[in-house]
Amino acid sequence: MLAAVGAQSASELFASIPAEYRLQRPLNLPGPLSEAEIIAWFRARAAENSVGYTSFLGAGVYSHLRSVVTDAILQRGEFLTSYTPYQAEISQGTLQAIFEFQTLMCELTGQEVANASMWDGSTATTEAVLMAERLTRRHRVVVARTLHPEYRQVLTTYARNLGLAIEEIGYIETGQLDAKALAAAVNDETAAVVVQSPNFFGTIERIPALAEIARAKQALLIVTVTEGVSLGAVRPPAEADIVAMETQSFGMAPSYGGPYAGVIAAREKYVRQMPGRLAGQTTDSAGRRGFVLTLATREQHIRREKATSNICTNQALCALAATVHLCLLGKEGLRELAAQNLAKAHFAAAELGKIPGVRIPFSGPFFNEFVVELPRSVRIVNDALLREKIIGPLPLGPWYPEQTKRGLVCVTETIPRAEIERFAAALDRALALPI
Amino acid sequence: MSDGIKKAGRHVSQNEGLIFEKSAPGKRGIELPPLDVPAIDPGSALGAEYARDAVEGFPEVSEIEVMRHFTRLSTWNYSIDLGMYPLGSCTMKYNPRVNEFVARLDGIATEHPFQPQAVSRGCLEIMRTLQDCLLEITGMDACTLEPSSGAQGELTGLLLIRAYLESKGNPRRRVLIPDSAHGTNPATAVIAGYEVENIRSDAKGQIDVEALKREVRDDVAALMITNPSTLGVFEPRIGEIAEILHARGALLYMDGANMNALAGISRPGDFGVDVMHLNLHKTFSQPHGGGGPGAGPVVVKKILEPFLPVPVLVEKDGQPVLETHRHTSIGRVRAFCGNFGVLVRALAYTLAYGPGIRQATEDAVLNANYIRRQLEDVYELPYKSASMHEVVFSDARQKKNGVTTMDIAKRLIDYGFHPYTTAFPLIVPGALMIEPTESESKEECDLFVDAMRSIAEEAATNPEIVKTAPHSTRVGRLDEVTAARKPILRWKP
Repeated sequence: MLAAVGAQSASELFASIPAEYRLQRPLNLPGPLSEAEIIAWFRARAAENSVGYTSFLGAGVYSHLRSVVTDAILQRGEFLTSYTPYQAEISQGTLQAIFEFQTLMCELTGQEVANASMWDGSTATTEAVLMAERLTRRHRVVVARTLHPEYRQVLTTYARNLGLAIEEIGYIETGQLDAKALAAAVNDETAAVVVQSPNFFGTIERIPALAEIARAKQALLIVTVTEGVSLGAVRPPAEADIVAMETQSFGMAPSYGGPYAGVIAAREKYVRQMPGRLAGQTTDSAGRRGFVLTLATREQHIRREKATSNICTNQALCALAATVHLCLLGKEGLRELAAQNLAKAHFAAAELGKIPGVRIPFSGPFFNEFVVELPRSVRIVNDALLREKIIGPLPLGPWYPEQTKRGLVCVTETIPRAEIERFAAALDRALALPI
Repeated sequence: MSDGIKKAGRHVSQNEGLIFEKSAPGKRGIELPPLDVPAIDPGSALGAEYARDAVEGFPEVSEIEVMRHFTRLSTWNYSIDLGMYPLGSCTMKYNPRVNEFVARLDGIATEHPFQPQAVSRGCLEIMRTLQDCLLEITGMDACTLEPSSGAQGELTGLLLIRAYLESKGNPRRRVLIPDSAHGTNPATAVIAGYEVENIRSDAKGQIDVEALKREVRDDVAALMITNPSTLGVFEPRIGEIAEILHARGALLYMDGANMNALAGISRPGDFGVDVMHLNLHKTFSQPHGGGGPGAGPVVVKKILEPFLPVPVLVEKDGQPVLETHRHTSIGRVRAFCGNFGVLVRALAYTLAYGPGIRQATEDAVLNANYIRRQLEDVYELPYKSASMHEVVFSDARQKKNGVTTMDIAKRLIDYGFHPYTTAFPLIVPGALMIEPTESESKEECDLFVDAMRSIAEEAATNPEIVKTAPHSTRVGRLDEVTAARKPILRWKP
């Protein structure tokens, strides 16, 4: 082949690079490793992590059951190794799966239209805010402090350079957003109100009431959902104008923070301001049903600097995982899964609440996460729990300085009763240790 | 199918409706283990105000129906596992399966980003090793693995530039972007709060250095460059370009989408780049998955290190540690620390090659030049400069018979290939952008060349068959106009 291109050696192929920029030495990189050595290397890394520990962490990332069927489908080369479905005739598998994902997201959230995925819940929330800004042409956003702290940080990073003012509203003794304070803060310059439900404390918000407050000033209500399984037992935020959801709970492993798949769902009238890809149904000239990416004039490859977003690569394979997972569960399976989560978390709250000195401070309804208050530093208690191979409550103090003795506990269907009881016993012992 | 088509033949494929159309009450795809704590009724536990009964409209199907549904759908897709994607700028190389295996290990897939760092040493070591490799490959000083995609990497990079310039007293107003740039570049600049100024390419499709000298004034924050360009050509005056910017206190951002032409051969840090992103779903073999997930790590020169997004991976007592607070940081660009599963796969890829990554780059450039040589007599080559890992033709000759790049692309489907990139970059009307990658053998390249030559022949002697292609797919060209005018974006019962 070198002869065919008229070169004597491979280095001639790079003659167009000025000599001063051509490396004269091999790169100093580990490897090359064979397949077996790669596997051994990563197994060694895995052994340095938390295998064998029982974790009570949630806070936006949830350990749920995953069927092996999901990977059997995800690992098919035609899904795994295929490109973005711009060439619709040879991408109908991907496009139909996206259409089904969009449909499932609408059913779950009570909204009319959903996109093909965003990077995650935090960027979906941020992009929902930018969408509301475009729709209302207003530049203030009122955000609940009970929205995930890292989601709020992302919004702040994006908002800083776009002239968007953010005001935060606190919470009341139920653990819910302070609706009175919200009503006082929302005005004619407010583009959107952003709340999370169940919120970061695990408490479910009163969405219809919050929607009323936003609507009174023609602001949009954005509801963020980080735990999608909650929608199997909790009323969907149908009164919201835009829903930004993290779908990680549906068939995606925690994987130390990603990849997951966010999604934006909204009222149909807002679709032209929606970011991200959309799969639409259509026909070919013979009348056969097919699917295509549509409304592309919103997107960067057509509109460039006037696009609704810069998003290109999204999280298609993760969205496929969610689609497969939800189809396996189906209507009854999701309801049962949600009921199991509810039961496990409420059992755990009752068991922990029996321990002397432990309080459950928030009185509002919760799904599978709740806050515990301890008589001493959460971090010190967690050190003791870690020695017993338990990853305990997530300390709230770093984000909520008024809650330094409180931590967030999540219990999903994956935690056996015996482990919940062991956790309670270990917590009891940890609190009895001399300070 | 004509006799000229060697790579593909007809095959019976299964029909399949929407999953909702197969639904019937009472079917379940998966059983849950029994509940071992007392059951509670959601209505009672939550109250009527908050409770939901069931999700109406959700499908009820069995496991075999789910398996068959998605398997049948998958058979309607083209994929790298089936054959070459000559998509310019996408770097559709083979996705090694060992990457999938290690990403799924217990202790890798199972880890929670908020778990104590004391029981996350393996994750942190993975991130540190990958960072070190990316810095060595690019010749830069510091790294963030947080951005979720190339576009988010671009945004992160521009926010870093803004923060740096702000620290010098003035963030400035404009970002210069060549007219050959990928659409994410201008879209991103706007989100970073900058005005976009388009820079015209010169007659060779390169940055017009004289125009650049005039355009770089004190209100320019940066130039966003892709090198090699989207034409697949290395910018010969890149050193000069960097100097012009630096002399005015502006920075050079590089879109790393074309890193497949450089790894092991040349390092952007050595030719004046201040900040760049890498697409792990391009050069670093993360599967495209039908549209993601990817990752867009950003590597920077020392001057930008103080501004890196949190969490920052730093060294403490010889151990990698995630630092969640840094008061000069631009903040967080996404929750948690990034698309970790994608980082795992990219590291597995890099470890497989080691310094031999140079060989992959040489093969990628050789393959592209081989294809160029075999096609330059039948397709118009608008820019004659040396190609690196991709080559851009135009449809100028075929246009004479009314055959466009889109038509040729569709006809290529009948020949058993996925189309190349059509109609990009914008500076080449009727572009055919071809990037084979190093994964393709001479045999596959020859089949592609044969197909393209045959289609050129058809365009001259039988243009109708090209203009109405594809002929052998399950659906023909779809009505995109109606799809946009009357969008149907979900199934309705």
